[in-house]
Amino acid sequence: MSGVTPVQPPPRARRGRLVRVAVAAAIALLLALVTLPFAGLLARVSPAALASRLATPAVLDALRLSLVTSLAATAVVVLLGVPTAYVLATRDFPGKRMVEVLLALPMVLPPTVAGFALLMAFGRMGLAGQWLQAAGWTLPFTTAGVVLAQVFMAAPFFISPARAGFAGVDRRLLETAATLRASEAQRFWRVVLPLAAPSLLAGVSLAGARALGEFGATITFAGNLPGVTQTMPLAVYVALQSDLDTAVVLSVILLVMSFGLLLGLRAAPAGWLGTGARAGRPGRAPAR
Amino acid sequence: MSRRRAPRAARAVLACALALALPAGAPAAEPPAPLRVSAAASLAEAFTEIARGFERSHPGVAVRLNLAGSQQLAAQLEHGAVADVFASADERWMEHVAARGLLAGEARTFARNRLVVIVPRTNPARIGRLQDLARRGVKLVLGADAVPVGRYSREALERLAGSEGFERDFARRVLANVVSEEENVRAVVGKVQLGEADAGIVYRSDVPPALERSVRTFELPEAADVIAHYRIAVLAGATRPEVARAFVERVLSSEGQAALVRRGLLPAAAGP
Repeated sequence: MSGVTPVQPPPRARRGRLVRVAVAAAIALLLALVTLPFAGLLARVSPAALASRLATPAVLDALRLSLVTSLAATAVVVLLGVPTAYVLATRDFPGKRMVEVLLALPMVLPPTVAGFALLMAFGRMGLAGQWLQAAGWTLPFTTAGVVLAQVFMAAPFFISPARAGFAGVDRRLLETAATLRASEAQRFWRVVLPLAAPSLLAGVSLAGARALGEFGATITFAGNLPGVTQTMPLAVYVALQSDLDTAVVLSVILLVMSFGLLLGLRAAPAGWLGTGARAGRPGRAPAR
Repeated sequence: MSRRRAPRAARAVLACALALALPAGAPAAEPPAPLRVSAAASLAEAFTEIARGFERSHPGVAVRLNLAGSQQLAAQLEHGAVADVFASADERWMEHVAARGLLAGEARTFARNRLVVIVPRTNPARIGRLQDLARRGVKLVLGADAVPVGRYSREALERLAGSEGFERDFARRVLANVVSEEENVRAVVGKVQLGEADAGIVYRSDVPPALERSVRTFELPEAADVIAHYRIAVLAGATRPEVARAFVERVLSSEGQAALVRRGLLPAAAGP
């Protein structure tokens, strides 16, 4: 319905204006709904308080832990997600639909359920956890457990844009590369990857932001201990109940980081990806 | 979709929205507001029973329980949550709420509770006595310091340290074994019940007979045990103060006390 008016000149300008006003009102309403809470948060904190609270060990511990774990989780997601997304985009195999649904499931699962399921699998009484335990690996209550919870929750946010990016690569370019005797590996690295890069980066930013904001699965699976498993979102939750000023500061930091992550990677592709990125810009339908 | 239809659809939506919005503003044939009771998580079963009895003796009154960690309930009240009665698992959060002028009248002690150490039935860390909690590598789960049970647990460990049969640095060594600080006492029970934690400190009343199949309980020595004092008060923002007062009286009545005792709590001692 969004494309109704602007395509052709409207028969009656009045009606067109009405629709435009309605659309503008909808956008304004939604924007207000999203921005007001952020404004409320920012209004509560003075720069001086921000600076003084930032230096407290509680805040620094949570910040450091959040950075380390979400970076690690994003790296794991990319490492496992690139081949997965590529195969899903380019190959057909029996049970593919099932694989897709399974991989997307964490996106819609309540995080607490995800955390509980992770305990049932990787907890020390869990299906796989018993074996891990025997091998001397423990995940619950450890920083590695935090990373696992984040990978579980963030992976779908990388896979779906990455898959779309791979699927959008113009087949003719690959065929041309093949006629130039580029091997499959060469074609992947020199043609597919640069062309899909904007989508991959979008996926990285989404997955990174999701990992950074992960709460429910983490507190359920990995527990809550400052410096070990208490990431920023957990620290906010705990501080909300006892130390409101710290909660506000932590929230503002999280807000700024997430905003920067989404904005930075959205702005990036045009600039730092060179010539290859242009052709692969989403929105240009590949000819098959 | 034709261009003509869009505004008409929009108008229809608007009309529906108005139709729905208007009666909400007008006075309806009012069903009485429910009595909202914010109660500590450890009171779940006892207060459910008391609430049911109260509803039977007060026809037309529906009691709605809001159960969470006391610190969480206090934060909710502080930030404008509307409730009629607040039942806290400790003095601290009741005072917190009182200091902000949110109480109507005095807070009263209505129950007490003891602490116990629980370990999974499988006892993976082979804990045979309380001293074993200080052994390196034991995975201990406590309530966070803001949670009443967390504060009581730390107090009990301090009291044990240096007492007969316990090393001076007992508390420090035990606290070094903490692997997670949970947000309410039931979360501690869960982590131990699942066998993920080697031990946890909870209230006696959190270990009902049914749970004793999956966990083992260790009592604390009399001298070290910290008795939790539960406090209850009518809130200043109560929409039905007289019903709220009647509910508090019910909790303090012999009937209410019996319900609390049935769920493993101790009756209120004499005094405020």
